Amino acid sequence: MERVAARAAANGELTFDLGQRTVRDLNQFLHHDLPDSGVRHVEVLHPGGRHAIAAGVNHPVDIDVRGHGGYYLAGMNKFATVTVHGNVGWGVAENMMSGVVRVKGFASESAGASGHGGTLIIEGDASLRCGISMKGIDIVVGGSIGNYSAFMAQAGHLLVCGDAGHALGDSLYEAVIYVRGRIRSLGADARIEEMTDVDHAKVRELLDRAGFAGEPEEFKRVASARQLYHWNADANQEY
Amino acid sequence: MCGIVGLLVKKPELRPRLGEWMVPMLKEMAARGPESAGLAVFTAPLADAERKYSLHAPDWGYDWGAFEGEFIKRFGPEAQLGVLGNHAILTCDESASVVKPWVRHAFPELHVLAAGRAMDIYKDTGNPVDVADRYRFAGLEGSHLVGHTRMATESAVTPDRAHPFTAGEDFCLVHNGTISNPFMIRRKLEHRGIEFDTDNDTEAACRYLAWRMGEGDTLEAALAHGFEELDGFYTFLIGTGNKLALVRDAFACKPAVVAETDEYVAIASEFRSLAHLPGVDDAKLFEPMPEEVYSWSV
Repeated sequence: MERVAARAAANGELTFDLGQRTVRDLNQFLHHDLPDSGVRHVEVLHPGGRHAIAAGVNHPVDIDVRGHGGYYLAGMNKFATVTVHGNVGWGVAENMMSGVVRVKGFASESAGASGHGGTLIIEGDASLRCGISMKGIDIVVGGSIGNYSAFMAQAGHLLVCGDAGHALGDSLYEAVIYVRGRIRSLGADARIEEMTDVDHAKVRELLDRAGFAGEPEEFKRVASARQLYHWNADANQEY
Repeated sequence: MCGIVGLLVKKPELRPRLGEWMVPMLKEMAARGPESAGLAVFTAPLADAERKYSLHAPDWGYDWGAFEGEFIKRFGPEAQLGVLGNHAILTCDESASVVKPWVRHAFPELHVLAAGRAMDIYKDTGNPVDVADRYRFAGLEGSHLVGHTRMATESAVTPDRAHPFTAGEDFCLVHNGTISNPFMIRRKLEHRGIEFDTDNDTEAACRYLAWRMGEGDTLEAALAHGFEELDGFYTFLIGTGNKLALVRDAFACKPAVVAETDEYVAIASEFRSLAHLPGVDDAKLFEPMPEEVYSWSV
């Protein structure tokens, strides 16, 4: 691994061909050897849908994945900017702490699950459970999102340029959701609220961050009605 | 966890490549289901009056000659038997209502895996990589197939509980997930005279759908009834004589991805299973939506 890093350090570029080498090789380099290597940009070729590509990176570096990734791509990401030129499987950027993860294609289920920070941008659609239990991450989706998205979402923002599926924001805490298109149904305790100036500014900023076209006035705000925060014995278990 | 794979080639000249393209798909899904594997391949159908039966014997060195002799003695010399270890495919002009009871009576150690005019089934315990090699899956030819790698949750690890499951003729199903009410389904069907081979939850789903179709439902209507009556998690991939159908339950917590080109439709639990296919970089890729029925015809 040292030889690879040393060879790459001259121009700060490194190419990893996952047709030739393992994800473990890649991640060991990213975890252990990257900080002292001088590498600033990593190209990952032939990802072939493999799992855990560039998961657990803890260093500022640009990573381009040329193809489709599998599960947990860029999971737990901290500081890195990861761009996937393809689709990703379940749990992209799950538990991300900071940095930017951009998916040029579509993302499968649980995109950005439990993310604490950073920005996840999905240019296509995101499947079910997008942003489940998000804890501070900002997720910007160019397409539509599937059912049960932002379930128990605690903090951060989920902006959807297309439509949202069933049970959006079920059992929401303090995360805020912006949807441009149709919402098939809201989950328990989620409600549509008036857009304020603060919301307009936030939508503008999120769209700009993602590089997506659109006007803040086109979006609806979904947030928690906070009726589930306290036990209500009179609700008779019906919410 | 389990793995499913499906492949349908759109051009007749690609049928010789069906097995060759599929084997890497199945092997890639071995990690999702490392203990059993199985496959149903659909060939050009036999003539109207002919039938073929996939038979499974308890051991690799089974005396198929004795079986063939007895079968010919009982039903005449037209029958043909193709043997591969503990599997054999019997081709004859006798109907399932005659052959199945006869086999059960005369050779109770044999298990009739499949019946129909187009479908051959191979399934066994063991790592899917070994099962694929053992039954020479790479050499299989046909228009479409469904395959499965199993990680058991609901019943024992035995060859007859490996997928695909079948019911009726030229109908099979593979399943990733768990049906929570298989015994309720089973009681309902047994009451109507439908017999079960195993205690497996997927078999209950398979026989339920076949029963609905026997009641006049199209495959799509049967699956819609299944949304109401089959409780649990599932991605189902179904093979019939001329069709593949794919469906996920409302919660859609069992995965599937589809790649379609001018040459094929390929289905798998995960994209990595499809990554080797020719032209996949330019394929139309999508994930099936919950409670939507997707089907492709030969």
